[in-house]
Amino acid sequence: MRHVNQGIPKLDAKALITGRPAYTDDLAPANCLVVKVLRSPHAFAKINAIDTAAAEQLPGVACVITHRDVPRHRFTMAGQSFPEPSPYDRLILDRLVRYVGDPVAIVAAETERQADRALKAIKVDYEVLEPVFDPAKALDHPSIIHPEADYHVNHDIGNDPNRNLCASGEFCAGDLAAAFAAADVTVDQTYETRANNQAMMETFRTFCYMDHSERLTIVSATQIPFHVRSITARALGIPKQKIRVIKPRIGAGFGAKQTLVSELFPALVTLKTGKPSKMVFSRKESFTASTSRHAMRIRVRLAADRAGNVLGIHMDTLSNTGAYGEHGPTTVGLSGHKTMPLYNKAKAIKFTYKVAYTNTMSAGAFRGYGATQGTFALESAMNELAEKLNMDPLDLRLKNLVAQGEVMPGYYGEKLNSCTLADCIRRGKEMIGWDANHPCRQISKTKVRAVGAAITMQGSGIPNIDTASVEIRLQDDGFYTLMIGAADMGTGCDTILAQMAAEVLCCDMDRIIVSQVDTDHSPYDTGSYASSTTFVTGTSVIKAGKALIEKMITMAAGTLKADPGDLEFNGTAIFAGSPDGKKAITVEALARKLAVGNGACLSATATHSSPVSPPPFMAGFANIELDLETGKVVVKDYVGIVDCGTPINPNLARVQAEGGIVQGIGMALYEDITYNSAGKMMNSSFMQYKIPSRKDIGDIRVAFESSYEPSGPFGAKSIGEVVINTPAPAIANAIANACGVRLRHLPMTAEDVVMGLHARER
Amino acid sequence: MQLKNFSISCKINGRTYEENIAPDRTLIEFLRGLGFLSVKQGCDTSNCGLCTVWLDGTPVLSCSMLAARANGRAITTIEGVQEEATAFAGFMAAQGADQCGFCSPGLVMNILAMERELDDPTPEDIKHYLAGNLCRCTGYASQMRAIEAYLAAKTAKTAAATTAAPAAPAEGGA
Amino acid sequence: MFELKEFIAAQSLDQADELLHRDKKNVILGGLLWMRMGTRQFNTGIDLSGLGLHRITDLGDHIEIGAMTPLRQLEISRLLADNFGPVLRDAVCHIVGVQFRNLATVGGSVFSRFSFSDVITALLVLDTRVHLFRGGQIPLADFLETSPGRDILVKLTIPKQDVDTAYVCQRKSAADFPILAAALARTGSAWKIAVGARPSRATLAPKTAGLLSETPDKTQIDAAGNEILRELTFGGNGQGSREYREHLARVLVKRGIQKICS
Repeated sequence: MRHVNQGIPKLDAKALITGRPAYTDDLAPANCLVVKVLRSPHAFAKINAIDTAAAEQLPGVACVITHRDVPRHRFTMAGQSFPEPSPYDRLILDRLVRYVGDPVAIVAAETERQADRALKAIKVDYEVLEPVFDPAKALDHPSIIHPEADYHVNHDIGNDPNRNLCASGEFCAGDLAAAFAAADVTVDQTYETRANNQAMMETFRTFCYMDHSERLTIVSATQIPFHVRSITARALGIPKQKIRVIKPRIGAGFGAKQTLVSELFPALVTLKTGKPSKMVFSRKESFTASTSRHAMRIRVRLAADRAGNVLGIHMDTLSNTGAYGEHGPTTVGLSGHKTMPLYNKAKAIKFTYKVAYTNTMSAGAFRGYGATQGTFALESAMNELAEKLNMDPLDLRLKNLVAQGEVMPGYYGEKLNSCTLADCIRRGKEMIGWDANHPCRQISKTKVRAVGAAITMQGSGIPNIDTASVEIRLQDDGFYTLMIGAADMGTGCDTILAQMAAEVLCCDMDRIIVSQVDTDHSPYDTGSYASSTTFVTGTSVIKAGKALIEKMITMAAGTLKADPGDLEFNGTAIFAGSPDGKKAITVEALARKLAVGNGACLSATATHSSPVSPPPFMAGFANIELDLETGKVVVKDYVGIVDCGTPINPNLARVQAEGGIVQGIGMALYEDITYNSAGKMMNSSFMQYKIPSRKDIGDIRVAFESSYEPSGPFGAKSIGEVVINTPAPAIANAIANACGVRLRHLPMTAEDVVMGLHARER
Repeated sequence: MQLKNFSISCKINGRTYEENIAPDRTLIEFLRGLGFLSVKQGCDTSNCGLCTVWLDGTPVLSCSMLAARANGRAITTIEGVQEEATAFAGFMAAQGADQCGFCSPGLVMNILAMERELDDPTPEDIKHYLAGNLCRCTGYASQMRAIEAYLAAKTAKTAAATTAAPAAPAEGGA
Repeated sequence: MFELKEFIAAQSLDQADELLHRDKKNVILGGLLWMRMGTRQFNTGIDLSGLGLHRITDLGDHIEIGAMTPLRQLEISRLLADNFGPVLRDAVCHIVGVQFRNLATVGGSVFSRFSFSDVITALLVLDTRVHLFRGGQIPLADFLETSPGRDILVKLTIPKQDVDTAYVCQRKSAADFPILAAALARTGSAWKIAVGARPSRATLAPKTAGLLSETPDKTQIDAAGNEILRELTFGGNGQGSREYREHLARVLVKRGIQKICS
């Protein structure tokens, strides 16, 4: 293949690296009103009164908006296909504020300073209510976080707002009681993951203006342009046709921008004032008033026989969705459904879950989306099982691993058509030097090297829901415009989709132009999330490319007076017999001809939605150095072996994997959103919430064991999310191997190691 | 007390600018206001390094410096070193190390400063010098490959130029 | 971001002093890295950049460090390394990044008396003296006991000494604040030990240091580890518990001694 499976540079690489203005705030008109939001200082309170008179009188202030002035349509900010599984539990501004940071009033002024002064001049009288922060205590707590009468759910999600229960459910296959009755060895442990911040470098930002036809234009750093259109329409109570959404280059998302965060405030201001406005979140605001990863408490019960056959798995998840239900009912499902199928040989599996509302910031989407939390729990439990069986944890996995051709009851009954996970494990074992380092090796009086491993799976899009349309147009010099609605957030999807188009259309990459996403022009796409873009949108590219070739052949047949069935297409020409022969026309000549006189616009649109979501797989191996005196853990070497089907662009796939692994290391060792007893977030900056710096990271080595997925474009599955899941359980395993301390909560700090060692001494 | 604007005269990318600015205007606000839109801000606590520019050739955080302090001094943004930035961009792109690109201009400015300040840096030296440039997309590994390849190509080019030049008569060996 | 109504580049220390005392809302501008995070409203910001206070100078029997000297210079100065070993370099090298350290000033670090300060921890073991425009010169340890007043920190001086030094610390991640930090210095058989981020401000531990001979044996090191817990107080915060800090104090003091003796 000329383009697919090649490490082609990203189309926007040079422009972005050399600093060309391409992001939302670079494009905002200079005369935008500056939008700022007054936020609740209380975790739970009712607004008795707001006095905005003084603020409105200040110089430069264009408007002050409170809960009295906003539309009363409840909605969810989660970017999901309609009808959304997340509850409609929000207003743009509500009388009840449910976490420290919940919006209370919106201010727009000519300058930032003026807006800041206006915020200070607003007087709010709060009736403070008793908050609840622990999800276990929140269930059936006297404080009801969503007492509103117009609370609405679109689906049966096991929801009861009067109990602070956002969602609940149960799944089982096989006879679990029998599996445990037959077990020789069992594990029963509870694991806890924490809220994390996505921490993309570009904070949330949006600007809006009314166009010449009085339509609201929203330019925003988003992963979900079409969902922004539909949620904004609902929240503002205006028809979708009155809204246009444009996505420029965006400074990453990792799921954070799969939720509306900054869009509605300037949209409302522009609608009210008729003036352009913009809102740029500070980093602090990005931390305290967006969405974080769902913190989860997961109990895992495993049953196995003496030979190491896993007989039964029971996972019970309690997820904290915070003040609002964004992505709450959906993330929790992945903690079980994208973990247990790894051990598909188990005779019985059971998954039970509850999602609780609390008075912390709303949780939302973050790369891995629940699978990450579930992987930490199940993989840690598998490592504990291996220890109890006195078995090498890799052998335990190989013995119980799901294999190609199997039907997976825990994975929506899908059949697994591509999987090289066993090869991933074997190769990683070799690369990390497992046999020489397992379980550990003392390298000095105070330092130990140890290895640990974990495996994982994810999905490729949401089956039967994610929809991607693609249009390819032949332009009049014989180049093509590739129009997509998927949102490149830095991952390089514009590039890999162009690679696929060039492959199908047999042309050079420079003949493919990828246009930016604009809901007025781009074909519909649910957006870039759930690891869907390569797999779902990529398939649409192939379909559209093939359809366009058919159309070019038909058109050429008329010109050449030939039967379309006799014509061939080789990328540069359409011909019968030989491209240099008499019955031949170049694509360029055809395109020119179509642009003159009685011509035609040749364009093909195709849509794809997949009935299946083939899982990518990964095996991760950590080689750590542990300081027995200080407890400090340094990841010296991390090996990740990935089965993402065919990597469309091996360079970009590698960087996805490296980046995901490093985020996973941060989550494992120090990333941790903490709240004080009043519900105020205590680490709302990069000074306090540390993401890994390059000094924190040792070697990261990634290799591919590529399977071929028959339902994917050129055999591809997804890569974007699966890569974040293994570090936490692999490092936990390595810590246990190094010093015998088993840590069942994240992050795993040096202090935890030391306290664990002290406890062992006692 | 009345607000007193400050008259500033400074060179930006070789051109002199004379402006009347608010006394508490930060350098990044000043630069973006003049249209130097490459300069990005990723935090409000001086931790991310995205806003890196040069002050008299030294890398500094433009979010944390008052523009008034640039009076009489020379500022360089990536718009002023496009040739070098483009050369480096080729090495980044070859690795796919650019990703979202939002941190790239600040990173490039610090890499080019490092190249001027350090001779023959080891991988540890490079990590140390660039530690203040955060990136959430890449995990840094691909950036490191790009930087090492870029520095190696520069060294090779310099070596080739030295070899090609007529050698000075050797006295007592080299 | 803080607000300023006026920016004045002082032409002399006298002028800066006059401006500072003219109005309670006037302020001396340091590196601004901390001040920018506040939202205070000031009248005149007084800039000392043009007064030549950014240099490290050899004055024969001591070395002078101007208040506006960037932390990056503490890291790379040959003069400081040759005279005082690695302690200053190793104390500042973790602080965020090169660009940050090119702006952050030693005067700002010392004047702010931050409890997590790596810089103060290291300077304490070197007999550093603080020179104030009005208050004259006082030992750093005494300066730290005073509350921040309205004076100008002009420079620091450190007497030249035949000293071996070490800086040891523990952090959650490379560029984070220290959970605990210790600076050690040995001149002949006399030791100095300072422990910072306890989480209260760095303090010298003379009793602990007094237990050590020129090349301490295991018994002396263990005794020092026990004494440091009696001599200094430790507490808990988001970075670490009191219990962990006490554990670390023993480890870091031992490692500092071993570093100097190896």
